[in-house]
Amino acid sequence: MEIFRVKKDISFMKYSRLSAVLSIVIFVLSASFLSTKGLNLGIDFTGGTIMEVGYPEGVNVQDIRDTLKSINLEDSQVQNFGNETDVLIRLPIKEGQAIADLSEKVSAALRAKNSSMQIRRIESVGAQVGDELYENGALAILFVCLGIVLYLAMRFEWRFAIAAIVANMHDVVIILGFFSFFQWEFNLTVLAAVLAVLGYSVNESVVVFDRVRENFRKASMRNSKVSEIMNNAITRTMSRTIMTHLSTQTVVVSMLIFGGEILHNFALALTIGILFGIYSSIMVGCPMAMWLGTSQKNLAWKTEDKK
Amino acid sequence: MNQTSHWKYFVIITSVLLSLIYTLPNFYGEAPAVQVMSIESGEKIDISILKSIETTLKDSNISIDKLLVEDIGIKVKLESLEDQLKAKKLIQDAIGDNYVVALNLLPNSPNWLTNIGALPMHLGLDLRGGVHFLMQLDMSKAKDKGIDNLLFSVRKELQKEKVPYFDSTRIDGSIQIKFKNELDRETAKDVFKSMGSGREIKVKWATKKTQSYNFVETNSANAFILNVKPNAYTNEDSQILAVKQNLETLNNRINELGVAEPVIQQQGADRIVVQLPGVQDTAKAKEIIGRTAMLEMRMVEENQTAYDAAIAGNIPPGHDLFNDRFGNPVLVKKQVVLTGERIIDAAPGTDSITGKSIVSITLDGQGANTFKQVTRENVGKRIALILIEKKITEVVTAPVIKSEIGGGRVQITGMDNAQNATDIALLLRAGSLATPMEIVEERTVGPSMGKENISRGVRSTIWGFIAIVTMMAIYYMGFGLVSVISLSVNLIFLVALLSIIQATLTLPGIAAIALTLGMAIDANVLINERIRDEIRNGNTPQASISIGYEKAWGTLLDSNMTTMIAGLALFIFGSGPIKGFAVVLVLGILTSMYSSIWVSRGIINYIYGNRRHIDKLSIGEIFKVDNN
Repeated sequence: MEIFRVKKDISFMKYSRLSAVLSIVIFVLSASFLSTKGLNLGIDFTGGTIMEVGYPEGVNVQDIRDTLKSINLEDSQVQNFGNETDVLIRLPIKEGQAIADLSEKVSAALRAKNSSMQIRRIESVGAQVGDELYENGALAILFVCLGIVLYLAMRFEWRFAIAAIVANMHDVVIILGFFSFFQWEFNLTVLAAVLAVLGYSVNESVVVFDRVRENFRKASMRNSKVSEIMNNAITRTMSRTIMTHLSTQTVVVSMLIFGGEILHNFALALTIGILFGIYSSIMVGCPMAMWLGTSQKNLAWKTEDKK
Repeated sequence: MNQTSHWKYFVIITSVLLSLIYTLPNFYGEAPAVQVMSIESGEKIDISILKSIETTLKDSNISIDKLLVEDIGIKVKLESLEDQLKAKKLIQDAIGDNYVVALNLLPNSPNWLTNIGALPMHLGLDLRGGVHFLMQLDMSKAKDKGIDNLLFSVRKELQKEKVPYFDSTRIDGSIQIKFKNELDRETAKDVFKSMGSGREIKVKWATKKTQSYNFVETNSANAFILNVKPNAYTNEDSQILAVKQNLETLNNRINELGVAEPVIQQQGADRIVVQLPGVQDTAKAKEIIGRTAMLEMRMVEENQTAYDAAIAGNIPPGHDLFNDRFGNPVLVKKQVVLTGERIIDAAPGTDSITGKSIVSITLDGQGANTFKQVTRENVGKRIALILIEKKITEVVTAPVIKSEIGGGRVQITGMDNAQNATDIALLLRAGSLATPMEIVEERTVGPSMGKENISRGVRSTIWGFIAIVTMMAIYYMGFGLVSVISLSVNLIFLVALLSIIQATLTLPGIAAIALTLGMAIDANVLINERIRDEIRNGNTPQASISIGYEKAWGTLLDSNMTTMIAGLALFIFGSGPIKGFAVVLVLGILTSMYSSIWVSRGIINYIYGNRRHIDKLSIGEIFKVDNN
């Protein structure tokens, strides 16, 4: 079986202006969502408490709200997810109330009302810890970007490194844009997914750039234009791109189906990252490298030591 | 050209076999067990109780599957969950209160596996259920306490050297002592200097001495004042000591809880992580851990006028007004006679004469000396036992000192009942905290949730794996099957590695296993596409295989390194479950490189390498473009 039966190289680069416009539009949209709506940060970053409680015989959410109101926690959010038996309760940070006491107070009140209540999970994060996790998350993204730029600059060339990181930051901004637009909860696991996407979709750019470098040193392509070389590289790695992303996406879909509540947003972030990763490495990374002035000359010395 | 040398085959086969062996324990599951530990944490267990455990269980017809004697205690593996609960109670009754019996799970794998150190993967709290707490220590209190300690010893030294002073207090981070004349002040400075050279502590790789002092001298109308500020390292030292003592106290308290494999670790300069696998009663755990109880013994103010003034809302300086457990106010002096740190043991009991519940306390040497002196000087007066718990200060009891009490044995009367006596004894025995702590992060996972998380993770992985396998086999035929084999080997390597290094597996960690499978196949796809490409370019099958693998290697290295960088960042900046994700991601990249390059190449070479003539590779249909 061979999905891509291309006779000639597809002239991707011809559409680079179009894709640039498209990317800028998506980017601006994402950025505007982020600046107006912001991210729906989970308690990992804001501090607060999440309690997942189970009722084997099912429960009315309104009853729980009333119980919480009776202990002066009317600012809590109560929601069902998936089924009648599981309920998620979110409580904001309360000044002067120890987080450990808060969850105990809630479970005592709920248990008094209905003794069949089971605690399935509690996550409580203090404000200071939340700030630190947020800070560490930002540091991690910075660290990954710098690390990748340095590595690619060393192995390829700075133009490729810049192009690859722009392509990938583009993906990250889009993921964040989606999370902002739909107000999906952004927590630590989602952050892990974002970082995994950063590392993973650079793969894509690396594979294409690798071909570009190889084409540059081919005798038969010595007289080709940079855009032709890029078109050829992209076309010939197309099949691999699709297969790889398809297989990774299959696993991610499997996580979406079976992974449950905790892995749900993680898998969502990965899905967006993988889909836009294909687009960005081809239609953002390559044009970028071209506009930055990549040519045979830049890569000449790098190709020598490879042989 | 497509030959794999014998030693490479040897390495491949050995590594696969070893991995299989180390993966095995994960399939046997775990069996219920009880674990017997000494109540004093870290203390070795008396082997003689082994016999009593055996006979107790035998008498009740509970069969012992396996009996393990380890440094931390005795583990008894049992056959069923009912046996486990029964055994816990029976053993506890049989061996008494000096030991704790905890429920545990032991790997069910055969002995020979356990003997070679093959253990199942270590599951994180989100998979096995349990409680995780992050505790924040109040370091300003620790600093104050360090200075208080210094103040106490200086007073003692000054008295010993007969240097008169008329006032000594802690002011912010320093000590202020007032003298009548210049000469006394100078002598006091020498006293400070002679008080030992201090301890050596490590600060950022350099060894620093504690207890060197900054002296500032000021004079007022009627006093020569000496301000003594300990250097920064002394403060740091008291913080280090505070963390150490709180860790120790926590260890003791958690031991009382009877948790099989607790984790109690320092994190950063001023935090402690506590993980209690399998604990379901979070309220109880929090009560015992989060209890910021501190015990102080102080003298009661016997002066009636002072007492009346205090009741009227005019508390005399140097005094505190607290309530006792019945709500009656008690006026006590600020000066602390003894703190809970000096308590070695505390046990509940009954007074042989009155029959009322009491708690008897044993003090350490220094505590005993102080207590003896204080009781000698204060016969007929009352001494208050003050408990500071959750910012509430309460006088537990304030008995009258009937005579000098030596030998460090103290009986406290005034308990409500036997339960009350037991609680207070436990609190005292478990030691006091050097500085208060607060829970700043809690993650609790119920047991059913843990099991569910495992099945969610495993199902995601299995279905993802099946889908990939099908896709690869259809698309790349023979080479696809080889990719599938190398992917399976990769999975085995990964699980074996995780089992060997006993890294903590979390739900995001399982997600990372699934994800690395999806990503690892990239290596095979890359190689297979390269080979197709080479064939398309008109190379012979043998040459195509060789060139395909070689060219793919460079690309693979680069693309995996970038994911590796992301993994490392997650490991460095992440915490808890995210760290688990990072570990698996990084290991998965390493194993996938090994399995896709070495293992799959080895298999391909085994199939095709020796054939002189190959018509066609089984790599699926290759679409060829007529070269124009």
